[in-house]
Amino acid sequence: MSVLDPRLAGVRLRLAEVERIVAVSGGKGGIGKSVVASTLALALAERGLATGLFDLDLTGPCDHLILGLGERQPSEEFGLDPPRVHGVRFLSVSYFAGERPAPLRGEELSDALIELLAVGHWGPTDVLVIDMPPGLGDASLDLVRLLRAAEYLVLANPSRVVLETVRRTLTFHRELGSRVAGVVENMSRGAPAASRSLAEEFGVPFLGSVPFDAELEGALGDARRLLATRAGAAIRALAATLAA
Amino acid sequence: MHELALAEAVVATALEVAARERIGRITGIEVRVGELQSIDRETFAFALRTMIPADEPRLAAAEIRIEIERARLRCRPCGREFLLEEAPGFSGATAAEAIHFVPELAHAFLRCPGCASPDFAVEGGRGVTLHAVEGE
Repeated sequence: MSVLDPRLAGVRLRLAEVERIVAVSGGKGGIGKSVVASTLALALAERGLATGLFDLDLTGPCDHLILGLGERQPSEEFGLDPPRVHGVRFLSVSYFAGERPAPLRGEELSDALIELLAVGHWGPTDVLVIDMPPGLGDASLDLVRLLRAAEYLVLANPSRVVLETVRRTLTFHRELGSRVAGVVENMSRGAPAASRSLAEEFGVPFLGSVPFDAELEGALGDARRLLATRAGAAIRALAATLAA
Repeated sequence: MHELALAEAVVATALEVAARERIGRITGIEVRVGELQSIDRETFAFALRTMIPADEPRLAAAEIRIEIERARLRCRPCGREFLLEEAPGFSGATAAEAIHFVPELAHAFLRCPGCASPDFAVEGGRGVTLHAVEGE
């Protein structure tokens, strides 16, 4: 018998009670995945849904800063039980690494990601929001391979530099047969024509745009203020669309 | 405890192997636990026993063998091979707990004893693996 990795069964077991997985992706770093993922989780929880947020950007986790995590830590019961932050159950590598850099090569990223998926104990959950790692490397490939039921929310913005990467991301998901929930234009400064057109080209829904919001930076770390910003309002509307 | 989740995964994997290979009664399983993850052998044996379902006859009489595998690390920049206890950063509860939950966090805490690089390969003894499912 070849050596078997039991964590693969562990991933299935740990996610067995999760009804829906929404993975916020976009391919490009700096596109706002973490702010959108964190605020979306807050907005879904605000709607009364049992919501989890899993920060799987393992080398650059920052959702804990956006949520204003404070001193909370996961408890170790049946796996790792994510603590509740403003109504959202939240798991991140930042609990353990703190501010230390964790320089990981591709296979190591993959192993860390599988380990966290195999021990994160979400329990009954309506929606698990995943903050995807940037790029289309090992971590993204593993998520697509292991979370076949996940729906991908692909972030775009009006920059041609970003749109090119978003096109690659959409092609990646199409080729791997993953389900794209839709395209959202983030940091939008006007009519989202290019992002809408890209969504139409790939035959996926265009779910709206989140405006560029200069007030957002000052609201990071404060869930209530975050939801009250213009960007927060747009993400709440996105949550309503996704929950419908 | 965190070990229960890993033990449940081992039990599920052993049963998947039994189903695939048409094993009616599992007589033994061999699990290796990497030193890096610092899971206690007795604790894991208890966790495995706890996670075998009461109504699962195929595993009821299985001998559980757990081997602790030494962690072997090799620095990529300078090539030095080293053991866990030789790595600066190994001592301390924070590092041990972090690596226990996510072994790759060794790269956040440990350094090569030769050149202090965090860029090392874990060539053995990382985490939990299933090496044999025996039965009839």
